[in-house]
Amino acid sequence: MLAYALRRLLLALPLLLGITFVSFVVIHLAPGDPSELQSGDLSMQHSAQAYKQMREEYGLDKSLPVQYWNWLSRLVRLDFGRSFAPDGRPVLAKIGERLPITLLLNVVEMLIIVSLAVPIGVLSATRQYSTFDKITTMFVFIGFATPDFWLALLLMILFGVRLDWLPVSGLRSLNWEYLSFWRQQWDFLGHLALPILVATFGGLAGFSRYMRQSMLEVIRQDYIQSARAKGLAERVVVGKHALRNALLPIVTILGLSLPGLIGGSVIVEWIFAIPGMGQLMVQAAFERDYPVLMGNLVIVSTLTLTANLAADIAYSLVDPRIRVGRRRR
Amino acid sequence: MGAFWKAFARNRLAIVGGAVVACLAVLAVTAPVVAPWDPNRPDVKKILDSPSGPHLLGTDQLGRDVLSRMLFGARVSLAVGFVSVGIAAFIGITLGSTAGYNGGVVDATIMRLVDLMLVFPRFFLLLAVLAFLKPSIWTIMAVIGLTGWMGVARLVRAEFLALKEREFVVWSQSIGASGFRIIWRHILPNAMAPVLVAMTLGIPAAILTESGLSFLGLGVQPPHATWGNILNEGKDAIELAWWLSLYPGLAILVTVLSYNLLGEGIRDALDPRLRQSRGRIVSRGG
Repeated sequence: MLAYALRRLLLALPLLLGITFVSFVVIHLAPGDPSELQSGDLSMQHSAQAYKQMREEYGLDKSLPVQYWNWLSRLVRLDFGRSFAPDGRPVLAKIGERLPITLLLNVVEMLIIVSLAVPIGVLSATRQYSTFDKITTMFVFIGFATPDFWLALLLMILFGVRLDWLPVSGLRSLNWEYLSFWRQQWDFLGHLALPILVATFGGLAGFSRYMRQSMLEVIRQDYIQSARAKGLAERVVVGKHALRNALLPIVTILGLSLPGLIGGSVIVEWIFAIPGMGQLMVQAAFERDYPVLMGNLVIVSTLTLTANLAADIAYSLVDPRIRVGRRRR
Repeated sequence: MGAFWKAFARNRLAIVGGAVVACLAVLAVTAPVVAPWDPNRPDVKKILDSPSGPHLLGTDQLGRDVLSRMLFGARVSLAVGFVSVGIAAFIGITLGSTAGYNGGVVDATIMRLVDLMLVFPRFFLLLAVLAFLKPSIWTIMAVIGLTGWMGVARLVRAEFLALKEREFVVWSQSIGASGFRIIWRHILPNAMAPVLVAMTLGIPAAILTESGLSFLGLGVQPPHATWGNILNEGKDAIELAWWLSLYPGLAILVTVLSYNLLGEGIRDALDPRLRQSRGRIVSRGG
């Protein structure tokens, strides 16, 4: 087991280096001359200043290998430089205060998605072509096709504007400080309700589809027939023998779909004005705050890599075939 | 081919999807003729008019006709969908076939590159790249294509791994055909079915991504109308004009749904064994 985990870890190291390399390549997409800078939302003066700061920050006048080496050696010390924004704070501090909320959102989403998708998938697989199965299939297709930002807008119009039930932006009400402790928690939950609903919707479609597929494959196996043949109750056959095996691939898919979920938080956080990594990323993109963009990119992709690794190792824990047999393709 | 059409014609949802896709393509191409108003002409007397006779889907903050803007937006969506999927397919086919045919170190290197690209949450990568570039429809097409080829590469590689051991390939090798010729003339045509399906399903994913970027204001820039940036303007008027938010999103939903139904229909008709929907989660925007 330990050997397997170590091997996966070693395989992840080149990927980690790759992440920094890709990010480095992205930095060099930047215009080579301040006069080429897009004025965009910024004044030209600000752009020129940002450019000057970037030359110093990244040492753009040195040769490429030297630049890369310098950047890498700073990353290792978790030095992502300072933001170009007027406050000029270290990138790491900016990200540090936003990471927890994005993680919280994604973990909650993941829990809701899995706890709903597993029963939905199992039910529609065991009742293939039933009305329930047809309705969920329809829901899956609509879920795939619904733009999350549009769903967010519609829910904002319905619950925020028309019915006025839920807040539509930020994490706290204006009068938050004056509320009692429990009122504050309730207020916080209210602010999270719509963003989580939106973020869960698309992911739920995908996961219940996968769960159904996985369950359909398992149910046709011989050992399920044997379990039935020896007279086990259908509840035990499905709930124990089939479900356990059908859940295995879901562990991997959970890891693989993580970049998608985190990527989705960009739009959700932006719409609902939630101060997380996604919102920071959009702001940085508008302000051409290169150090923040690069720091975000490196940290988020490293997190994803770690989560994938954890999913791989978890998979080998629950399924011994993986670590005994050949390496996964 | 006959068997394909027979199987495809039995799938009513796929037919409907295909019909909607065809209608959309016609509307997009003929937008300058069929649009009732000039999509970019403001009219101060008609600011935020609700849907009515002359303006079926209402007007926006500048008094421009929403229906006309949406028809022109369809051109952007479809163009971005086709071109970016074309770019992604070209890269994916080239890298996937090189990896699958050669195996060994080449294969390992290319597949590590695929793994690497999959570690980046796509929207973060897109935002980072777009922040450095001048936003235009061409930039959007290029970056969506360049960040979306991994699925095709994997598919093509898997097909190549299976096909390269087959007799017809071994025979062409034995008479001294070049690797390039074997890949393009012999293996690839046999591996195209799943690629075509992946491309059909890639178009709606690209449309979703483009509309998301335009919605954030980092995609195709105003005054060019796209479904995404009409929604972006709608966001500022959600308290006044629901029609600005409802209709463009509905257009995206219907378009993406139709392409997905069409794509799944083609897949089922081509090869019932492919029914297992592989890689569907990955193809959703995000």
